[in-house]
Amino acid sequence: MSSEPENTEPAPSPLVAALQREHPEWFSEVIVAFGETTFIVPREHIVAASTFLKAWPEGRFDLLADICGCDRGVEEEPRFEVNYHLFSTTKYHRIRLKVVLNEEDAHVASVTGVWRTANWHERETFDLFGVVFDGHPDLRRILLPDDWQGHALRKDFPLRGYEPYSLK
Amino acid sequence: MSSATIPPQFEIVDRPLDTQMTISMGPQHPSTHGVLRLELVLDGEMVVKATPDIGYLHTGMEKLFEYKKYQQGIVITDRMDYLNPLGNNLAYVMAGEKLLGLEIPERAQVIRVLFCELQRIGSHLVWLGTHALDIGAMTVFFYCFREREKILNLIEAASGGRLTPSYFRIGGLMMDLPAGFENRCKQFLDGFPGAVDEFHKLLSGNKIFQRRTQGIGYITAEDAIDWGLAGPCLRGSGVALDVRRANPYSGYEKYDFEIPTEPDGDVWSRYMVRMREMKESHKIATQALARLRPGPIKADAPKVVLPDRQAMKSHMDALIHHFLIVAEGFDVPEGEVYHPIEASKGELGVYIKSNGGPKPARVHFRAPSFVNLSALPMMSEGEMVADIVAIIGSLDIVLGEIDR
Repeated sequence: MSSEPENTEPAPSPLVAALQREHPEWFSEVIVAFGETTFIVPREHIVAASTFLKAWPEGRFDLLADICGCDRGVEEEPRFEVNYHLFSTTKYHRIRLKVVLNEEDAHVASVTGVWRTANWHERETFDLFGVVFDGHPDLRRILLPDDWQGHALRKDFPLRGYEPYSLK
Repeated sequence: MSSATIPPQFEIVDRPLDTQMTISMGPQHPSTHGVLRLELVLDGEMVVKATPDIGYLHTGMEKLFEYKKYQQGIVITDRMDYLNPLGNNLAYVMAGEKLLGLEIPERAQVIRVLFCELQRIGSHLVWLGTHALDIGAMTVFFYCFREREKILNLIEAASGGRLTPSYFRIGGLMMDLPAGFENRCKQFLDGFPGAVDEFHKLLSGNKIFQRRTQGIGYITAEDAIDWGLAGPCLRGSGVALDVRRANPYSGYEKYDFEIPTEPDGDVWSRYMVRMREMKESHKIATQALARLRPGPIKADAPKVVLPDRQAMKSHMDALIHHFLIVAEGFDVPEGEVYHPIEASKGELGVYIKSNGGPKPARVHFRAPSFVNLSALPMMSEGEMVADIVAIIGSLDIVLGEIDR
């Protein structure tokens, strides 16, 4: 962002180059925009890539800041995105990992084994988007009631409804 | 006397030490700070298992953002962490500005920093008052709210709102400071260090308060990072991490301040970190006030920022821009950003994904309270049930941003 000095953003290119040299099969697809680096990681490699990034001596992305889902739209294929925002508490770098998922097979392996904070983030994404995190220890709804029908942040879920919840 | 029949689903345990009881604490419990429910499994007075149950205040705010134009979203952010609305405003508008690539003038940045620090003090004051109240010290509450009232008056003077100011706009500020604001602000800042000393006198030396907080709710630095804790909760475990230092924004790199840390990782440490943070915030606010120079408060982007009222009355193009921005909004380039700031409770991150057009495709808030609360079971298991109240207080949660 132009209101911030340029040096506050981590220089992405050496980081990206180093990661691609180490593991081209995980980090080949990269988007650099608005001073942020996004890696589109293949779904089956997300746990391996996370484990590697957490222990990687040059980056040490030891803090998982956030996981958020995203619905690209009903017509889109693949439809869902899961974004992992990583932060290094020693180098102050930030990167984003992105996994894209098809609607009929919205499954991705859980990263709770890598960062325990992923627990609630993954529950929230499951609750609001219906993305299933395989291997999650306690995958229940978190914000909406247990017997809620549907996933509220999907684009085909209506914003308003006129039925009281208790009549469903 | 006939004995009541016990329903078959209850398993009766005769040995007294093996008796475990499940109780539901909240959602109407006064010290769960809103509508948090905890499912506690107790063995005598000891907590064996604690399971937070949230969502009672879920209002679908993230869904609502997708149906509102960018500038309409600002008022929604006020209602998330209602103790730190200006921090929420800042995170949201800065994410929007990142997408638009706007350059914010110096005066607007300084005013933003000034108000964020005042708001941080205000948020910490509510925490201090209620935390002490939960533990049993009632007097502190009144002193805290006396100081907070002054801060709310300052915010009201500038923005017109006390709890929901919506003062920051994409591209700058809603309007400039009123006449005489600097003096009022200076008056408050001059008196504030004395007030903090007063709080210390009331609480820090109090033997009961110390015994209720020291060694309770312990979390190590490694665990704290693993659980994603941020802000005072993380610094209370000895990790000197602050987004204002790590990824500076709004010119925080130009201010002189310290990052207070305490090594112990218990409720007392988190208390001391926040107490010291109030002094640091006061330091930053004083510097910001000294840095205040006349100048523009809105970015030079006529397609995004509303024109001045005077210009609107005399210039045709300003009138057209005003009409278009209000009626149709402004187009934001395609892309996605995550912008973190240091809110009063920790790292507040806003993720905005835009597909172009005047409305965002997805807005997500990384609410610090949400993450901090997820570590509560880990901190509270093995503690006494009365200490749960102290631990919840030390996490400084706001259910408005947890449930969103």
